[in-house]
Amino acid sequence: MEKQNWKAFLYLLPALVFLGVFLVYPLIDVFIYSFEEGYSSASQSYFGIGLFNYEYVLHDPYFKQALINTFVLVIVTVPISTGIALLISLALNSVKKLRSFLQTIYFLPYVTNTIAVGMVFMVLFKETPYSQGVVNMLIQWVHLSPVDFMEGPWWAKMFVLCFYTIWIVMPFKILILTSALASVDEQYYNVAKIDGTSSSRIFFRITLPMISPSLFYLVITGFIGAFKAYSDAVALFGTNLNAAGMNTMVGYVFDMLYRDSGGYPSYASAAAIILFAIILTITIINLLVSKKHVHYN
Amino acid sequence: MKSKKKVLVWLLLAIWAIIVLFPFYWMVLTSLKEYGAYNAEYIPQFFTLAPTFENYIQAFTDVPLGKYLLNTLFFAIVTTGLMVFVTILAAFAFARMDFKGKNVLFTLFLALMMIPGELVVITNFVTITELDLRNTFLGLILPSVTSVFYIYLLRENFAQVPDQLYFAAKVDGTSDWRYLWRVMVPICMPTLVTITILKVIECWNLYIWPSLITDDPKYFLVSNGIQQIRESGFGRANIPAMMAAVVAVSVPLIVLFLIFRKQIMSGVAQGGTKG
Amino acid sequence: MEIKLENLTKIFPARKKGQKEVVAVDDFNDTIPDGMLVALLGPSGCGKSTTLNLICGLLKPTSGKIYFGDRDVTNVPPEYRGVGMVFQNYALYPHMSVEQNIRFPLENLKGDQKLSKEQMKERVLASAKLVMIDSLLDRKPKELSGGQQQRVAIARALVKLPQVLLLDEPLSNLDARLRLQTREEIRRIQKETKITTIFVTHDQDEAMSISDMIVVMKDGKVQQIGKPQEVYDHPINLFVAKFLGTPPINVFEGAIFENGLWIGEEKLFDLMPTEDRPVFVAIRPEGFVLDEHGPFSLDLIRPEVLGRDISIVAKHKKAQSETIRAIIDAFEAKHLPKDIVRFYLKPHKVHVFDAISQERIECVIRENGE
Repeated sequence: MEKQNWKAFLYLLPALVFLGVFLVYPLIDVFIYSFEEGYSSASQSYFGIGLFNYEYVLHDPYFKQALINTFVLVIVTVPISTGIALLISLALNSVKKLRSFLQTIYFLPYVTNTIAVGMVFMVLFKETPYSQGVVNMLIQWVHLSPVDFMEGPWWAKMFVLCFYTIWIVMPFKILILTSALASVDEQYYNVAKIDGTSSSRIFFRITLPMISPSLFYLVITGFIGAFKAYSDAVALFGTNLNAAGMNTMVGYVFDMLYRDSGGYPSYASAAAIILFAIILTITIINLLVSKKHVHYN
Repeated sequence: MKSKKKVLVWLLLAIWAIIVLFPFYWMVLTSLKEYGAYNAEYIPQFFTLAPTFENYIQAFTDVPLGKYLLNTLFFAIVTTGLMVFVTILAAFAFARMDFKGKNVLFTLFLALMMIPGELVVITNFVTITELDLRNTFLGLILPSVTSVFYIYLLRENFAQVPDQLYFAAKVDGTSDWRYLWRVMVPICMPTLVTITILKVIECWNLYIWPSLITDDPKYFLVSNGIQQIRESGFGRANIPAMMAAVVAVSVPLIVLFLIFRKQIMSGVAQGGTKG
Repeated sequence: MEIKLENLTKIFPARKKGQKEVVAVDDFNDTIPDGMLVALLGPSGCGKSTTLNLICGLLKPTSGKIYFGDRDVTNVPPEYRGVGMVFQNYALYPHMSVEQNIRFPLENLKGDQKLSKEQMKERVLASAKLVMIDSLLDRKPKELSGGQQQRVAIARALVKLPQVLLLDEPLSNLDARLRLQTREEIRRIQKETKITTIFVTHDQDEAMSISDMIVVMKDGKVQQIGKPQEVYDHPINLFVAKFLGTPPINVFEGAIFENGLWIGEEKLFDLMPTEDRPVFVAIRPEGFVLDEHGPFSLDLIRPEVLGRDISIVAKHKKAQSETIRAIIDAFEAKHLPKDIVRFYLKPHKVHVFDAISQERIECVIRENGE
């Protein structure tokens, strides 16, 4: 076929315009913002160029809090959710009855509105005028002392945030892992059984290596997703996350941009770039580690 | 030994099913409890003998929840429609046409997939503000149309349509435009349906962008509406009414999911991530 | 419609650095008379499909010209050439019914060619009847057998009443029995419609059996053009001789020496005076006749019974291939000797080619005793 330069360009034009204006230009612009000192959106002017914004952000106690919260969230939720998802997927894969029914149920959290269902979690953990909430009731059943989850100590709030985050990310992980497990060829298992391989050996020597690319994919997307956590925290603790001590890095970015403490796109940009430098670093480390340990066909 | 293992497996599956379903149950249950009765509970009650729809009436009358739902529906349909149209054209160019710099451009597109949306929101916020498009549907919709991932997904699907069909159509005198809409699009309908539904879900759940761009309740989408209810509306005190609003927001998506279960799950398995 | 190809050449540029450009079609000259069924024949990669794509307009030639009648169509896009094309995998639109598939080309017609709904329906039906699938119009392609899909593809190619019909490997996706049936069908349709038809095949059987004319190609170059029997009887070079005929022709290293044609120590024929040189001697399997006193001998491996005929599998130290096949009448083969079989050779089944150029040498055989 002949080259169709002009025609192809017309077909691509809408996509190029949208991507250019709302993705490529902002990408470049955010770097520029982050180096412009004292930019004000009201006057659209700035004093100079330098690393001041980064310095400010890194010394901001709210940013430190957000950084700690985000890291705790990542370190707690990624391994736990991936581990539980693997257990559940293995269990799902070993049953025939009700499998697709259970898969449907397990997928439900994926299609829910994060904000709306987050409020349900808030209600579950929150004290009512005369009771300490459902979750505390369950805790008292096993003779532990109740905790004020929503307005109490930091670790209690963190627990709720981690719990909700895990609940929200599980559907995706279970789906990916069940389809990975289902695609492992039966023949491998049959051969192993004939050889008299024990079931734990089958798991570690056959199943795990075969699904390691999917597991690895989940770890990477899990890291990225957890670093970008925000809506879940808003749903649980409201928009004033700094006051609740529950802010995340993305939350910090948006607070800098908008709302009561907002109006500082330069600080927001600097914080955003710090966040994505961290994500990029961790993704690269993940990739390097995976080269050694992940089995690809 | 074997039966013990089986019991453990079913126990695990059952526990997770309960953990998943319990919040939904509690949401519906609370929404049906009377305000006074709920607040007077010394021990949380797992069922109610006097279900009431009063909370729903309050949720829809105290704030324009119906309006939020309509706004979201309108936003989701227009955004998804535009996105699908733009995506079909771009995917066709990449899959079917031959032009200078195609490979370079496609590689750039793939690289753009790595760019997290959060990074560009800052400038988009400034752009939309400067264009004076805050509190308009245009301001909500425009930045949400772009989706590199769906272009990629559809291009892969388009590329699987045999070349011979295209050549046959050429010999028959079919224009590219007609070939795209009469042959490619119908053949790739399953993928297009998947893309459409995933985008609708994405639109329905969008929170960050609308929360930045709208502060006039006339343009609230459900996520912002409900956040507003909770922070400064009746939700601060009246938990049952807030849960009624949450049910109203959640039900449309759950219905959509139950109808298109297969397409949604296969689409997500192909690499969709939330948000 | 007469088709004339003038110095037609197609060069594909190198895809990557370090690769060579590919000359797919090299200086193709031919005139195909109106109403003929022509086969483009050659091994895969010989440029036959490229030639077909040049004729239909999906590819533009690097140089050379294509005429349909007096009209130069070299730069005319496919849709304006008035050609119908059947693709190797049929290229039926999977989401359309048979009827919609056949009607699709008609819906593209514009201007004064535009047809009304009734006219379209009529044309679709006529086309479907011609290939005898008018009872399948509501089916989807995937509900049809391979042979039926093939017919739909032909009907779709014919519905615009093209002046030229092109078929790319039309039979390669059918099983052996259907292939025989379908090639007769193609012949019948071509005879009924009298459309100039060109089809591409790598199967010489197919080409020989139904075409009025065959074009043998190799490495982008036309080797020989002619009626099937002519080409079979007078192959212009060793390649053509080897490519046509089943079982394939037997090739031996030989020599022309002192006006005789020799293989090893055996002199096959006396020749009219000609210069001495090394040659290839190619003998068609049906050229062997059992004869105790014949000039040529083979080491017998085993006879194979084919029914009416017997195929003698043998070997010879000067042969290019490991085994040689000779086909003889079953009746004659009753008294086959055990090890060495002697033959008389039919002169017109023996072809001689230059050992270096591999071109045909016309040498006049003086038959023994004449």
